[in-house]
Amino acid sequence: MLTLTINGEQRQFDADPDMPLLWVIRDLLGLTGTKFGCGVAQCGACTIHLNGEAVRSCVTKVSRAIGQQVTTIEGLSKGNSHVLQKAWIEHDVPQCGYCQSGQLMSAAVLLRENPNPTDQDIDNAMSGNICRCGTYPRIRAAIHKAAQLQREGLKS
Amino acid sequence: MNRRNFLQSSAILGGGLLISFTIPETNKITEKVIGRKDSRFEPNAFLSISPDNIITVTLSKAEMGQGIWTTLPLLIAEELDVALDQILVRHGGANKAFNHTVYGIQITGGSTTTWSEFDRYRKAGATARILLVQAAANRSKLTIEQCKTKNGLVTAGTNQYTYGELAADAAALPVPPEVPLRPKTEWKYIGKGARRLDSTAKINGDAKFGMDVQFPGLLTAVVAHSPVFGGKVKSFDASKAKAVPGVIQISQIPTGIAVIAEHFWAAQQGRKALNVTWENETGNQIFTAKQIAQYKKLAATNGLMAQEKGNVINGLAKSEKIISSEYVFPYLAHAAMEPLNCTVELRQNSCEIWTGTQLPAADQAAAAKILNMEPDQVKINVQFLGGGFGRRATPGSDFVSEAVHIAKVSGKLIKMVWTREDDMKAGYYRPFFVHNVKVGLNAQGLPVAWKHNMAGQSIMEAATPVFGAPKSPIDETSVEGVKGSPYLTDLPDQYVGLHNTKEIVPVLWFRSVGHTHTAYVMETMLDELADAAKIDPLEYRRPLLKNHSRHLAALNLVAEKGNWSRSPVKGRYKGFAVNEAFGSYVAIIAEISINNGLVRVHKIDCAIDCGLAVNPDGVKAQCESGIIFGLTMALYGEVTLENGKVQQNNFYDYRIARMNESPEINVFIVESDGKMGGAGECAVPPTAPAIANAIFAATGKRIYNLPTINHKLIEKA
Repeated sequence: MLTLTINGEQRQFDADPDMPLLWVIRDLLGLTGTKFGCGVAQCGACTIHLNGEAVRSCVTKVSRAIGQQVTTIEGLSKGNSHVLQKAWIEHDVPQCGYCQSGQLMSAAVLLRENPNPTDQDIDNAMSGNICRCGTYPRIRAAIHKAAQLQREGLKS
Repeated sequence: MNRRNFLQSSAILGGGLLISFTIPETNKITEKVIGRKDSRFEPNAFLSISPDNIITVTLSKAEMGQGIWTTLPLLIAEELDVALDQILVRHGGANKAFNHTVYGIQITGGSTTTWSEFDRYRKAGATARILLVQAAANRSKLTIEQCKTKNGLVTAGTNQYTYGELAADAAALPVPPEVPLRPKTEWKYIGKGARRLDSTAKINGDAKFGMDVQFPGLLTAVVAHSPVFGGKVKSFDASKAKAVPGVIQISQIPTGIAVIAEHFWAAQQGRKALNVTWENETGNQIFTAKQIAQYKKLAATNGLMAQEKGNVINGLAKSEKIISSEYVFPYLAHAAMEPLNCTVELRQNSCEIWTGTQLPAADQAAAAKILNMEPDQVKINVQFLGGGFGRRATPGSDFVSEAVHIAKVSGKLIKMVWTREDDMKAGYYRPFFVHNVKVGLNAQGLPVAWKHNMAGQSIMEAATPVFGAPKSPIDETSVEGVKGSPYLTDLPDQYVGLHNTKEIVPVLWFRSVGHTHTAYVMETMLDELADAAKIDPLEYRRPLLKNHSRHLAALNLVAEKGNWSRSPVKGRYKGFAVNEAFGSYVAIIAEISINNGLVRVHKIDCAIDCGLAVNPDGVKAQCESGIIFGLTMALYGEVTLENGKVQQNNFYDYRIARMNESPEINVFIVESDGKMGGAGECAVPPTAPAIANAIFAATGKRIYNLPTINHKLIEKA
């Protein structure tokens, strides 16, 4: 039996320690917000936070996450209250939406580390996440917007 | 009035109001499949209102990113007089009531949803509103003129009712044969738009795609496919695969060997441990290099006549100058972010399927055939599509059929999941095409004769299971954009010919279909002709498009907004293209630079005339999306074959444009009262030629075969 702390909750399950975290999260723990897109860390659809860092869960063995804090899109905020989620809605970012969990999880780390990202910073942080619908211009705009919301939130 | 379009109302479970165009069929299917009256109640209506005031809009189409989850409810909200946040939205299943108003089959495709559903959904809303008002008038003993609606409430004298309170009464009233629709001057939503209604579910993990279907006891199946098109299983050894922990069963199906396991990871490990020997690998003679040579030879000869005027041989002979070019376009994979998948639950006399599909009725029929059932014994639950781009509209129902076969052979409740590699290698590509073009010019450098032959596989032939056998040997999806080109309208001597080639590689519509290659040829050729005549490419086009006002409107708007006449800064170059596709007219200016032998696209200005833009920001989003899709196609898109084996595997060798390659995009909508067109595909076609024309401005080099990444680009000194 393995134990994982995921979105603040302890979950127990039986799995091969080599099983990728993605499939533990999806198929064993039933959290389907984290997506399978490529299986080889090329598209970023499976991005989650491991102790606050963005990792590609499709190539991360579950053994690496034992005893660590795992956060998925379901745990990004309560009530869609993260500034990025607000900005995503305001800018109508999602199209098909399949990649957006991963986009948001990557952007959340960017914004935490860099509260005022430039376009170049966004390129650097977000180029690991593919969107086949091409929502990039709106993701960019929404990240800038979220940075602004974050600054305003700090002021108030 | 057409019987099929006759609006009906009826009482729904619990006494609500249901507006549909035919007697609900899904009800009957649900009853048959589930074996009881369905407590979930899927009414097969466009609109239902329950006594507890839940207003539900059911989509005749599938949401795959294009935004109809918002636009169709918006059309109902406009007429029903409710706020959009009062509406619940859901996908409809397979049902004749949801047949396309023009195509007559149930399909989401061809950029047609908004214009083809514009009247039907508005009428559904308007009919419901009239009935609700009548019900309120009856209760209050007033006339309908004395009753008013606002945001889901009817005010009748001193009484006020929610729509839910009136739903049961309204359902008992006769439906008026005609209902007035709101005049344009009173529109609250149409032309103004609304925020997407699916955003919230798509930013917190709630949205359920086909991949996300889960039930207790659901197993995952992956399939070992032949590495070569046409290959069949000769023999297989599953002993090692069976030993993989979590693997439950190995089953042979017509398309390969299915490995069924407790979860995806175990299934994938099991497949790796399988040993399969293949035979009948008829596709193993296909080499891309060989195909290029064969198709070039073919396209150098006259194909079947698609369009002809005068005598093109004489026309070319009489012309002052001839420009000849040959173009090669590779196979392209749709590569939607969500790999193909399908969940099947087979019961004794029924079957239930969950998948993201653009063709639910065709999939239903295909499943029924495999199972020796009637279609109404099969229920299709349409999930959100993690991208479609045409790939989830397979007339042969390839992935649904495969999943049904697995369920049938194994007897298990399964979700079939394809990996990215499975998805990349399984075919259903944009067809490989070669064009051969000869244009005769007069002394002014204007075209007078045009000879244009193409060679490529027919998509419509492959679509026979859904659309029936093609009526003409000319597949319109092969020649669209050349046949009917505005540049050819007035040419006295012309010949457009088509060679329908046969290959074992399956082909399919791919976002913007034939225009993916025809617009590239026409618009880069026009640029070449303008250059030969030493005329600005826009000025060169203007007289040729003088009778094509909507092309010109888009051209003029983008020229103005994109400052075409102003030279770009040093090191930047501009290219232009304009194209009509799916009833919409799009003009694009691409601004690029050359870096390390490759093109970098900095900025795209885009103007679109789609007629009435029901949801303007949605139109802009679709143009942005189409532009980036077109950019990926131009720069990177290529599927190649060696010995019949697809050489590409995953995103590392089938590149998709990323954030750092995403240009600034500005979309401008032409104020237009022209006929409504689509928005989902029309921005794809002019993007690649605009980029290629900018590359010519930068390098002096014409790109005759895509993608551009195969060319070493050198900026002019």
